[in-house]
Amino acid sequence: MEKDKFDDLEVMDLPTDEESDPGFTEWRKDEKTLLNMGLPEEERDWFCDARPQVHKKSPKIIEDFLNWARAESLWILAFGTGCGAIELRPLLTARYDISRLGMAPRPTPRQANLFMIGGYVSIKTLKRIVRSYEQMQGPKFVVAVCSCAINGGMYWDSYNTVKRIDEYIPVDVYITGCMPRPEAVLAGFDRLKQLIRAGKAEGQNLYAQNFDYYKANQKRIIKDWNMPDYNW
Amino acid sequence: MSLAIKIFWAFVSLGVVTVWGLTLGGIIYKIFARVQGRLGPPVWQPFINILKNNAIRTGVSHGIMFYLGPVFRIAGGIGTYMFIPVLFGSVYFSNFSISGDVLLVMYFIFFGQLGMALGAGEGGHPYSALAVSRGLAQMTAFEVPFALSVISLVIQYGSLNITEIVAAQQGSILNWTLFTNPLAVIAGMIAMLGMNMHSPFNIVIAPQEIPIGPPTEYHGSFLGLLATNRGVFNGAKLVLFMNLYFGGATNLIVLMIKTFAIYMFSVFVGASFPRFRTEDSIRFFLKYPTLIGILSILVFSF
Repeated sequence: MEKDKFDDLEVMDLPTDEESDPGFTEWRKDEKTLLNMGLPEEERDWFCDARPQVHKKSPKIIEDFLNWARAESLWILAFGTGCGAIELRPLLTARYDISRLGMAPRPTPRQANLFMIGGYVSIKTLKRIVRSYEQMQGPKFVVAVCSCAINGGMYWDSYNTVKRIDEYIPVDVYITGCMPRPEAVLAGFDRLKQLIRAGKAEGQNLYAQNFDYYKANQKRIIKDWNMPDYNW
Repeated sequence: MSLAIKIFWAFVSLGVVTVWGLTLGGIIYKIFARVQGRLGPPVWQPFINILKNNAIRTGVSHGIMFYLGPVFRIAGGIGTYMFIPVLFGSVYFSNFSISGDVLLVMYFIFFGQLGMALGAGEGGHPYSALAVSRGLAQMTAFEVPFALSVISLVIQYGSLNITEIVAAQQGSILNWTLFTNPLAVIAGMIAMLGMNMHSPFNIVIAPQEIPIGPPTEYHGSFLGLLATNRGVFNGAKLVLFMNLYFGGATNLIVLMIKTFAIYMFSVFVGASFPRFRTEDSIRFFLKYPTLIGILSILVFSF
């Protein structure tokens, strides 16, 4: 008789600290959990294997209010992959001053909610981008600066450069130009704020919904996948 | 006054000082921005940040102590505040001021930092541990001149009760500790520079190079709690310094003016001077402010 996959579930008690059940890991690996196959076998249990979940919105009035707060307090995780990052510095100076828009740079992905990709994305960098993006806590927004981030730009036929970032992580706003002037970046921020206030910047939920699509794309490009499938 | 009403008014005053502390934070951002020739964020930006942080949908845990870190921190902030009489002569805004409260308050100032150190350590991020060790080292250093200054005040007024210390300063501006015991005030105000963690003593949170200091791993509502505590704790510290050195306040308007002026001292120093390294700041605190503190004790002992 074929063994039902829930048979184990009834028989098995949760292992105590003293006895570690070798079957426990295998039992958890159903379609709901991540396999973390890229990691060495002894390390797989060190990392979380839960998939990201789609989060429901609050009732409309509350959600609108929270979206306003999110739009007015954007903390940037700047990922200076290319020359576009140069244009981010003037934004902090007296001439453009994004702090008046409630924006501030934040050096840790845990606290940031706006991910700025400043230029071309090489395959090596994509891995770091995925890690940083997944470590951010949602709702999180992504802005890609420069034409290189949109279609590869001058690296269009490079063997080593990713052309469209939104095949790998959801992007809310693209800012064109080579390089875009700070005014253009400010206009992009303005557009992002409109999207957030309208409740349309739900990249985090998009990522959770189409998780398999994004993971497949990422793994197709990143050959040395030695990290967990989702970096909590 | 019954205990229930006393608790009610204590929480009302807690709310007032939280709002005032956060607003002060917003004003300070604005002033720093203006010094640098920028417009700066709106004054209410700290409130929006707290709101946004509490509305974060996901969270990552690193264990029980990770949860307790911010809780200890805000318990330290509220604990500090609850034993400080806010308005002199007011029955409603005197909190739980008791005899010997100055010792309790000094203990509570330390308490939150220690709890935060445990919580941040559990986060497992190397930068957290690094910043915690810097923070605790610097705190131990500035605690010395502050303790000496308070001891000097205790000798001067013969009391460990903040209400009595405030009462002794009433009558004239010349009765303030600022004029009766200037050495203790100098030592205490320099210690306050370290406490407020503006430049030159902001190596602990090192905004650029060590990402954000002890709360590197804290996010979402953890961070919201820490930011709320910043309002409570700042307010509590400023009210304490106002009571000890600047004659206290008899109404909320005077309290706002005095706490604002006291905070401005550390803001002006912060906007003018570059940052000390940890060993430099420890050396600094243990040198001149400590000597001034000892001197102020000697003056009142003999």
